Amino acid sequence: MDYFDRFAVPHPSPAIYASMVAIGLTVIAIFAGLTYFKKWGYLWREWLTTVDHKRIGIMYLISALLMLFRGGADAIMMRAQLAAPENTLLDAQHYNEIFTTHGIVMIIFMAMPFIMAFMNFVVPLQIGARDVAFPRLNALSFWLFFMGAMLLNISFVVGGSPDAGWTSYFPLASNEFSESVGTNYYMFALQISGLGTLMTGINMITTILKMRAPGMTLMKMPMFTWSSLVANIIIVFAFPVLTVALLMGTMDRLFATNFFTTANGGMDMLWANFFWVWGHPEVYILILPAFGIYSEIISTFSRRNLYGYKSMVGSMVIISLLSFLVWTHHFFTMGQGALTNSIFSITTMAIAVPTGVKIFNWLFTLWKGKIVITTPMLYSLLFIPIFTIGGVTGVMLGMSAADYQYHNTMFLVAHFHMVIIPGVVFGMLAGLHYYWPKMFGFKLNDKIGKVEAWVISMSTLLAFMPMFFSGLDGQARRMYTYSESTGFGIYNMISMVGAVGLAIGFCLIVYNVYYSTRYASRDVGSDPWNARTLEWATHSPVPEYNFAMTPQVNSLEPFWDAKKRGHELFTGYYEKIHMPNNSGVPFILGCIFFAWGFSFIFGMWIPAIVTTIGIFACMAYRSFENDHGRYISVNEIQKTETSRGA
Amino acid sequence: MSELFPRKQVMGFVFSLILTIVALMVYFSDMSFSVGMTILLITAFIQAALQLVVFMHAGETGDRGSIYTNLYYAIFIALVTVFGTLLCMIWGYV
Repeated sequence: MDYFDRFAVPHPSPAIYASMVAIGLTVIAIFAGLTYFKKWGYLWREWLTTVDHKRIGIMYLISALLMLFRGGADAIMMRAQLAAPENTLLDAQHYNEIFTTHGIVMIIFMAMPFIMAFMNFVVPLQIGARDVAFPRLNALSFWLFFMGAMLLNISFVVGGSPDAGWTSYFPLASNEFSESVGTNYYMFALQISGLGTLMTGINMITTILKMRAPGMTLMKMPMFTWSSLVANIIIVFAFPVLTVALLMGTMDRLFATNFFTTANGGMDMLWANFFWVWGHPEVYILILPAFGIYSEIISTFSRRNLYGYKSMVGSMVIISLLSFLVWTHHFFTMGQGALTNSIFSITTMAIAVPTGVKIFNWLFTLWKGKIVITTPMLYSLLFIPIFTIGGVTGVMLGMSAADYQYHNTMFLVAHFHMVIIPGVVFGMLAGLHYYWPKMFGFKLNDKIGKVEAWVISMSTLLAFMPMFFSGLDGQARRMYTYSESTGFGIYNMISMVGAVGLAIGFCLIVYNVYYSTRYASRDVGSDPWNARTLEWATHSPVPEYNFAMTPQVNSLEPFWDAKKRGHELFTGYYEKIHMPNNSGVPFILGCIFFAWGFSFIFGMWIPAIVTTIGIFACMAYRSFENDHGRYISVNEIQKTETSRGA
Repeated sequence: MSELFPRKQVMGFVFSLILTIVALMVYFSDMSFSVGMTILLITAFIQAALQLVVFMHAGETGDRGSIYTNLYYAIFIALVTVFGTLLCMIWGYV
């Protein structure tokens, strides 16, 4: 292949050329808009260089929503292709690239930033801290994630998307079977954003262990903070496995090593093994923070304390351990003996127990509560039954003997969508509606919100229930077409209707944001939901320093106690507050990492060396930089507090 | 003066030197692969523990609990990953 041929798209089609034009026009429009409205300075000072955990959280949120639509567009294309038998909308190669991108985008670049958004925004507020432990590292985490995401997102117009599935199993992902640079994109995009995630993990654990308000012992932490702590512990122990596996895969593809080859002592199945050693804990990294959000919302809108706090914490700790003991259930059919499969079958079924404990705790919280149905609560209530369908079919898949029937069929696809959509996406959407007033100072419209929740949940059932049946009838996943005589046509047509419904539901969210931004009342106060934990004790939107005075905690629900039992949350007087300075280095380092990844993907060695030096130069600069932060004076605090109605 | 003498550190240093020499022996003496590997694994883990406790001061601050919990958790997961992988890829593979 000629050098420049590698930059060309291997399978061009009118749709891809149209996307190229659209991307070009969007970039021009953004640049022109920023210049016309003179917003470059604002963008740089307030967002690109920010180290404020709240702004970083909001940037994660925006990225997650953008990627939700990117991955959603892929999903619609897949469903459209499969809606009728022997459809020719997409060819096989296109279909491969689209399902691969859909998986990567939805897991790594939609679900991950969504949970990061809430961890960043909510955790420091819930524990009464001024920021995370390492604010600048936090900015770097975000920019690494963002640049990784952008790297993957340009792949389909420069050089071709990865096409070996989001699991990227070797030997299919090796140079021999995946010739285009697509899989290189996979390796580097995941590597760069994975580094960011690992840093966030360390950052959040330190924040939660070291920066809690006085009196908040571990067993007095709000449930979302607990779930974030556990999720971040899993991150710190699981992500290094991915880092190493990606590095080995990269070495195989770029430098002709033999880790995952079928010859010269390589072991191709070892990739699948490593991938799932990371991949299964990853599932719990995603779902535990969502469980935390549900716990907050269900307790708030049942107007009572969370049932079984200790068992909730205990079950999460057990999940964090068990999540590392089950990974082989992803490849029961790969050739291990019955004994090995049975061991992992049992650990898999065991993990349903702590999850069940959590479900029952939520139900008992609702029991005899004064339930108020708001949009976040509606999402949480719809989550329970739909998630249970996904969970129970998971136990079916966990039986290794039966798994030979389900493996790699649409039954599996239906199962994990029924787990991840209600488990993670509903949780994040519930969190979006719940924390929106804290982020932006107004509520999203409740009527539109409820329509969203119903449309999305019913469409989820419509889109994925038929897959259970077509899967049991033998429809394999990742096949780009099927013949009419299989009889899968009707199931896939129903799925298509559900997919369109989901698209409508997500567009309704956008409409809701637009509508509420224009018309919603700004007079909602700092505690619009009558909530129970500390994040609602400060103003909305939150001032830069979070709390003018450090809150005093002596129970699980300090804010509720302050409202109902006369607990003194804030005592003392204003003192000057030490805050970190903004810095452009994380953003610049992120950009260099983008160029670094791009150079390696195309094997451009001179730029690769230059950018590697650039990365180390940025780190050296940071090591010798003298930055002691700055102080917010008492005067300024008083002014801010008065203007926000203290 | 004796309480100023860093007895623990000096002992630790000597002991880590001994461990290094024992590990080096594997290279210079003629032994089977499995015996050599066993010696290397044992000396490596003792060495790591020694460095953590004596020279990186695990357990000397108020974070003692978190540090050791973290460590045991890490060891548990490392063992599960290594032996689980061996089980899937080699021992249990038919």
